[in-house]
Amino acid sequence: MTAAIEFRGVSRIYGELRAVDDVSFAVEPGEFFAMLGPSGSGKTTCLRLVAGFDTPNSGQVLLDGADVSSMPPYERNVNTVFQDYALFPHMTVLENVAYGPRVRGVAKSEREQRAREMLELVQLGAQGERRPAQLSGGQRQRVALARALINRPKVLLLDEPLGALDLKLREEMQIELKSLQKKLGITFVYVTHDQGEALSMADRVAVFNKGRIEQLAAPRELYLRPATPFVARFVGSANVADAALAQKLGFAAAFAIRAENIDVQAESAAAPPDSVVAPGAVVAVQFHGAASRWQVQLDAGEIWSALITEEETRRMNGLGVGTRVNLSWPREAAVPLSSASSG
Amino acid sequence: MRAASTFFWRRPYWYLALLLVPPLLWFGTVYLGSLFALLAQSFYAIDDFTAQIVREPTLATYKQLVTQPANVDIVLRTLTMAITVTIACAVIALPIATYMARYASGRIKAFFYVGVMLPMWTSYLVKVYAWRLLLAKEGIIAWFLGKLGLTGLLEALLATPGVGGPSLSSSYIGMFLVFVYMWLPFMILPMAAALERVPGSLLQASADLGAKPSQTFRNVVLPLAVPGIAAGSVFTFSLTLGDYIIPSVVGAPGYFIGMMVYVQQGTAGNIPLAAAFSVVPILLIFIYLSIAKRFGAFDAI
Repeated sequence: MTAAIEFRGVSRIYGELRAVDDVSFAVEPGEFFAMLGPSGSGKTTCLRLVAGFDTPNSGQVLLDGADVSSMPPYERNVNTVFQDYALFPHMTVLENVAYGPRVRGVAKSEREQRAREMLELVQLGAQGERRPAQLSGGQRQRVALARALINRPKVLLLDEPLGALDLKLREEMQIELKSLQKKLGITFVYVTHDQGEALSMADRVAVFNKGRIEQLAAPRELYLRPATPFVARFVGSANVADAALAQKLGFAAAFAIRAENIDVQAESAAAPPDSVVAPGAVVAVQFHGAASRWQVQLDAGEIWSALITEEETRRMNGLGVGTRVNLSWPREAAVPLSSASSG
Repeated sequence: MRAASTFFWRRPYWYLALLLVPPLLWFGTVYLGSLFALLAQSFYAIDDFTAQIVREPTLATYKQLVTQPANVDIVLRTLTMAITVTIACAVIALPIATYMARYASGRIKAFFYVGVMLPMWTSYLVKVYAWRLLLAKEGIIAWFLGKLGLTGLLEALLATPGVGGPSLSSSYIGMFLVFVYMWLPFMILPMAAALERVPGSLLQASADLGAKPSQTFRNVVLPLAVPGIAAGSVFTFSLTLGDYIIPSVVGAPGYFIGMMVYVQQGTAGNIPLAAAFSVVPILLIFIYLSIAKRFGAFDAI
């Protein structure tokens, strides 16, 4: 099967900055593909290379098997939902949605019919005559989605589409986007810096750092078996022991351990069998509702965090900020890391 | 000092009043007051025998303005010039403003902004007289066209009935060129400002949806430049309507509204007629703005 999108050794360099550095990957047709990374990691540049707003300095971008590296955006069968929605302020909602067919020469009655169908699809059937400025953020988001989908693209690109929405609306839209993608069967490429969003929606996630892909894997794999210190920290908020720290704790190589796998005990308590113990002092206890995050300064160096359920926290009488504790975790819970990246 | 600060802190309206009263007094009395005093004069009339102003409300002066063919000619001549100058300025300014706002950056952009504003740092009179020399029969433009072998073209142009004349400097064509030169910056700057405010993502979205660059320009850039074009055209239109120096230095001998105001209030001493003439541009601008509003020029602001 031909990949919907394929990058072959793509680089995009701005002056000194290697925004995208020799990146290769393929997106399967119908896949929900997330590009995750901090700002400046190259994920948005990759999106722009797919859309055609930018051209690579070297390498090839393929859509459906055809090299489109230097094809202008208006000839590519992909559409974009922009971070700021980019709705045309001088057009009504209906005119915005009908814009794609309009510039492709579709007759007025037909394109308005199609636009109305798209607005129904995103549950905005009644808002067609309004201007974008009269809509709420969530409604504008849906208009942008309808406008991008009306051309029936092979690939839909979404650039941090939910970034401007509040938490509740964001969670609703996540569910909606996912079910819309299933229903339409269109390939989605979703750029985000929110690891929770990427993990909960995507079939596969590419984690970007400094212009390169650190790891490309399914969400569960990414979370349970991060390949590099960067992925462990960024995706799982895990504690990372570099080679030196690992040695002090009796490990051969660098490893990651997720906060929820660590237990906090009084210094005097006996360690559970077959577990690793690291002594330290509590520097902060952050209440998060169902769980609390205990930040502990290890005697061996770094500050690590342990996620303790509320029930357990209540049982830890006498322990708190400033007291000495032991962190312990089952030996097999440690995930070995390749030291390819410094994180 | 401290007591005064506390007093105003507790009474923000007093503070606001203190801040606003001096400029409002200036604006209300000196600026608007004198304007209305002038406009009120237009409802007086001059006694033809004594040449004295009769201070009784009457529409006689307006009647004189709209019934005498010479006066109507002046209004139409000025209006036609203002419209053509505005259109020419808009057509010339659009590509320049688009380049300045959307493509140029850094030094090139600064160069263009300075270049557009540079002529405004020179005296207006000097520029008008300089243009008279440039456009003169033996002037550099005629000489240059001669070198190019285009004298015939210039003569054909000057032979055009109505707008031609013996030389560029004594024809409406020459006057038109000077007007366009003088007011072009007033069109370019608001237009560039309007285009700068258009987010780049709108143009990307248009291309993304399949619009070729020409379609993006027509469907997105141009409509969003309309508020800038409207603002610029108010400048070029009203400046042309009111100007009296360019028509008296360059061009054919026919009177323009500004000249008429100047002559009537000065030499002729007919202040009511001068006042009535100065109401004409105000009315025309008002009509122009109403039309622009109807076409949605201010919707996207």
